[in-house]
Amino acid sequence: MDNKPVLELKGVSKNFGAVQALYNVDFTCRAGEVMALVGDNGAGKSTLIKGIAGIYKLDAGEVFFEGKPVTITSPRDTADLGIEVVYQDLALADNLDVVANMFLGREALTRGILLDEAKMEQEALETLQSLSVTTIRSVRQAVAGLSGGQRQAIAVAKAVMWNSKLVILDEPTAALGVAQTRQVLDLVRRLADRGLAVVIISHNLHDIFEVADRITCLRLGQKVAEFIPSETTQQEVVHAITAGELDTVPGMVQ
Amino acid sequence: MSDMTKARQAGPIEAGGGKQQTLGEYVNAWWSRIKGGDLGSLPIIIGLILIIGIFGYLAFDKNFFSARNYVNLLLQVSGITAIATGVVFVLLIGEIDLSIAFVGAVGSVTMTLLLTQGEEGLNWPWYAAVGAAMLVTTLIGLLHGAIITRAGVPSFVVTLAGLLAWSGVVLILTTQYSKAGTIVIQDPVVKGVANAFLPKIWGWIVYAVVIIGFAATEFYQRASKARQNLSIKPMGISLFQIIGLAVIAGAAVWYANTDRGVPVSIMISLVFLFFWLFIANRTRFGRYVYAVGGNPEAARRAGINVNMIRIACFMISSFMASVGGIILASRLGSVSTNTGGGNLLLNSIAAAVVGGTSLFGGTGRVTSALLGALVIASVENGMGLMGWNSGVKFVVNGMVLLAAVLVDAYSRRSRASSGIA
Repeated sequence: MDNKPVLELKGVSKNFGAVQALYNVDFTCRAGEVMALVGDNGAGKSTLIKGIAGIYKLDAGEVFFEGKPVTITSPRDTADLGIEVVYQDLALADNLDVVANMFLGREALTRGILLDEAKMEQEALETLQSLSVTTIRSVRQAVAGLSGGQRQAIAVAKAVMWNSKLVILDEPTAALGVAQTRQVLDLVRRLADRGLAVVIISHNLHDIFEVADRITCLRLGQKVAEFIPSETTQQEVVHAITAGELDTVPGMVQ
Repeated sequence: MSDMTKARQAGPIEAGGGKQQTLGEYVNAWWSRIKGGDLGSLPIIIGLILIIGIFGYLAFDKNFFSARNYVNLLLQVSGITAIATGVVFVLLIGEIDLSIAFVGAVGSVTMTLLLTQGEEGLNWPWYAAVGAAMLVTTLIGLLHGAIITRAGVPSFVVTLAGLLAWSGVVLILTTQYSKAGTIVIQDPVVKGVANAFLPKIWGWIVYAVVIIGFAATEFYQRASKARQNLSIKPMGISLFQIIGLAVIAGAAVWYANTDRGVPVSIMISLVFLFFWLFIANRTRFGRYVYAVGGNPEAARRAGINVNMIRIACFMISSFMASVGGIILASRLGSVSTNTGGGNLLLNSIAAAVVGGTSLFGGTGRVTSALLGALVIASVENGMGLMGWNSGVKFVVNGMVLLAAVLVDAYSRRSRASSGIA
């Protein structure tokens, strides 16, 4: 797979006061590929994601989207580029039904003011069917009644419904049981097979080896390795996470 | 796990193919919602039947069921319904507004002062005075909302401060104009609001328009769902709802017509109620109100201006308080130092809660204002006929509110445990 990267970060850095959260990190993800982002707590995974999402402003480095240099300063920029982030807490409104959640903030209207419920229901069904999400009985039930895996599926479906090119999933399987994890990983795979670029953050190496095409490993804000799962072992990845070689040691005078 | 396997067995998600659900499917789905704690309007309807039953028995020989008393009840319901409609919006976003009774009073006093006639009076026409009163109260709501969102202070405290401050304003305004503190409303139009009745034929014309409108909307929605191949509720249920509404509303109009006719004030409250029902259920703004009540963070990430929605809800609540305030003032024919006092605040909030709007935000319907107001007003009315003293009345009112809150808390808990909320 040597297709062009959808998103490419070159040498990005971010510091919070004296804390260097990211230092000179390169990161790429390609269409049709699942890129896993691993690292211990405090390695900078979330900072990197939030930098891409426009929640943090990156201090240094370049960002290319589909080959063109871009500057991301707000979540709006990210959404306009076609990048959707599914956060760990999913941010679904429990009291609203599946359709209302999927269209929240982007409701279809008729005659300028009326909610076009029929159209929204139709499109929500189409999206869910295209992702082979088959476990939801009715799109008119409140999200509160859904299981963790089903909620994750709704959050992902919501993210891909808007012609997004890159979907970032933050710990999508963290709170799920075995069978539901299975469903979500299948869904992640299908997203990539549809030609989307997918970035998945996870602590679960087993899941990652199952679904990812590449693994980027961060340690103390630096990229220490990039792996291809079929050519490596879990031990190697664990080693990189815990003792990967750093270009610069934090705290030392450079 | 178990619910997931169940869902698997239920088979793939279905578009419905424009097919009707069967009656059995519909009833099953309804029953499982009830069992799960999503009680909808069920408790309030049972409560209403219970209360009408109790007072019908206790106060039967005191003419509880007479047409005259029924029309009086409608008059009592009007003001509370209007104020409670605004309360519903504030409750939906998980906030509270304790200032409504006195904000409504500020509205009615402002209107009355602007309407004062003669050489010393301001002599405003009725529409300008009413408009000014509504504008003033809406701005008060804007002020409350702005403080609550800007400073991040709980609405409970801000509107409690509002309760005190606006009651002071009512005192200042009324005593400044007249030493006795009572100002009589002289304008015939404003007086007519709560003292006029629809001519009997007009009662039926309005009835026909409403029923035909409801039926048309219902069938229009069915048709548009069928066009999009979505599943439709059974025809029987649609017909049942239309005929049910036609029978109940028909009986309501008929019985009022055997006395003085349908009060204008209840029509005013119903017009506002249906307007806000439409806003809540069919527009983006309404959807956002529910979203903010359900999960403010989700709403914020969806690009919704959460603070703006909050402020708007406080504006609606203050605006509707002035509508209710004007109706109540019109009924008394005057405003005084007591306007907005008594248990008006508690009754209005109780009406919204008794009607089924959750104090926890996110769940409830605008129509709960009317159903709740019916319960509250029936209790007041029945106790009034019985001649119970105010001590007993307060105790009973307290019990009704407590019962409503308990039903709310219970249904919320069982919703949580069955995973519906």
